[in-house]
Amino acid sequence: MSGLHWFFSPLCALLLAPLLSGVINRTKAFVAGRRGPPLLQPYRDVIKALRRGAVYGDTTTALVRLGPVVNLAALVAALLLLPFAGVPAVAGFSGDLIVLVGLLALGRFATVLAALDTGASFEGMGASREVHFAALAEPALLLALATLTRVTGATSLSAIYAVIGVPIWAHALPTLALVAMTFLVLELVENSRIPVDDPTTHLELTMIHEVMVLDHTGPDLAIIQYGAALKLWVLGVLLVGLAVPVRTGNPWLDGAAALAGMTGLAIVVGIVESAMARYRLVHVPQFIVGAATLAAVGFIVLLV
Amino acid sequence: MSSALSTIHALGLLTCFALLGTSRVGACIRWLSLQGILFSLVPLFFHDDGLGLRVILLAGGNIALKGVLFPIVLLHLRSRANYHREVEPFVGFVASILFGIVALAVSLGLALKLQPALAHAPFIMLEAAIFLVAIGLFLIVSRRNALMQVLGYLVIENGIFVFAVITVAETPLLVELGILLDAFVAVFVMGIAVFHITREFGSADVDQLTTLRG
Repeated sequence: MSGLHWFFSPLCALLLAPLLSGVINRTKAFVAGRRGPPLLQPYRDVIKALRRGAVYGDTTTALVRLGPVVNLAALVAALLLLPFAGVPAVAGFSGDLIVLVGLLALGRFATVLAALDTGASFEGMGASREVHFAALAEPALLLALATLTRVTGATSLSAIYAVIGVPIWAHALPTLALVAMTFLVLELVENSRIPVDDPTTHLELTMIHEVMVLDHTGPDLAIIQYGAALKLWVLGVLLVGLAVPVRTGNPWLDGAAALAGMTGLAIVVGIVESAMARYRLVHVPQFIVGAATLAAVGFIVLLV
Repeated sequence: MSSALSTIHALGLLTCFALLGTSRVGACIRWLSLQGILFSLVPLFFHDDGLGLRVILLAGGNIALKGVLFPIVLLHLRSRANYHREVEPFVGFVASILFGIVALAVSLGLALKLQPALAHAPFIMLEAAIFLVAIGLFLIVSRRNALMQVLGYLVIENGIFVFAVITVAETPLLVELGILLDAFVAVFVMGIAVFHITREFGSADVDQLTTLRG
């Protein structure tokens, strides 16, 4: 127990998650030479959507209403499993990394079901793509986590991230660097960021995640936007915990380092989005399998 | 020493996977050049007892050849053959990467079997050598274009080089330089062959070589 209270991690996530996409948008605007939307714009978007009424299609069932809520619930539950800034997770136990992957899958499943339930052909298309890419991204995440387990010899996320520090980086540099790369790619893939999907377009043909939520309105949309921000945070924590191994024991220093790491990650994502073009859809699986390969190589390098 | 070797190992494996997953030939040639440079560094770290002239000459010659000269020749050939992309390989890129993972596991197993016989060889390099040979062979059989097959040959050459460096403690410098010269001549001959194939058939797609012209 490094001094920070257990609620530091969930509280940070719930309060600051939308800020991440704000920072990403600001970075993209800065690179493009614009001023960009204010940092707090994501919060305003959520609040605006919350104030509105929801419209449901005649053909839809309760699944459409359930989808966003289940997704958000799964992500909040995932937050409880994540250690952050050297603070152990609220509910850490042996094997919780598999539960984390399962929770992310559950959230995706609910979103996909809701998309299919609308009966719109575009949403079916988006759902199909989402599931296709997830089938490749989930093994990558599991492999990356398995590699971390092997490096540290611990089986719960809290224990793993408690061990990761400068000595273990020096000990297993190639492996950890590969896993960090995998996490970065997964952050982009799972959150539908640019090389995979463009979060800003509303052209159905190019979209994956945005197209699935086209038919959601009002509070549902707010929940979806907030859920997307939380997902960005959850995967970001996995990467930052690895890439910024500051464990001084001083709660203020650790917390500040972790938050700075998250901001840095958002800036990196923004730069990636500014510098890269979206891949053609047929090349996306290659990108994700490449990420899985990085983790697999990291794992195998460790065996020898 | 071992951490340097394991860094070379990890980066070298990545170049292999990049070669498997890249369709642009220019990028492949550059990956190959990086791979050549990386594995040329192995003797520097392996012969840690004495960093003699022999080792430095060996590494330097390798870097000059595989890191600089071959890529220049190949890039030149690429523009002469007007061939920039492997469009439709016999085995797709995702499948190739998956093959790479399987090959990595297999070469790991083979290296484990070989390890008792070659006790002084660093295990990761043994495994890397077998893996390089496997990937080179795979590139040769799975790609349509003759230029990509030349790249596959060079990957095999890298593998054989690594294997020789780690298993045979004291090869005379002359023999090693002779092997380098062989590879050098082979690349030139293959380059000329690819160029002639391109000129004669309009492309270096080996699948079209069945329609021979008198």
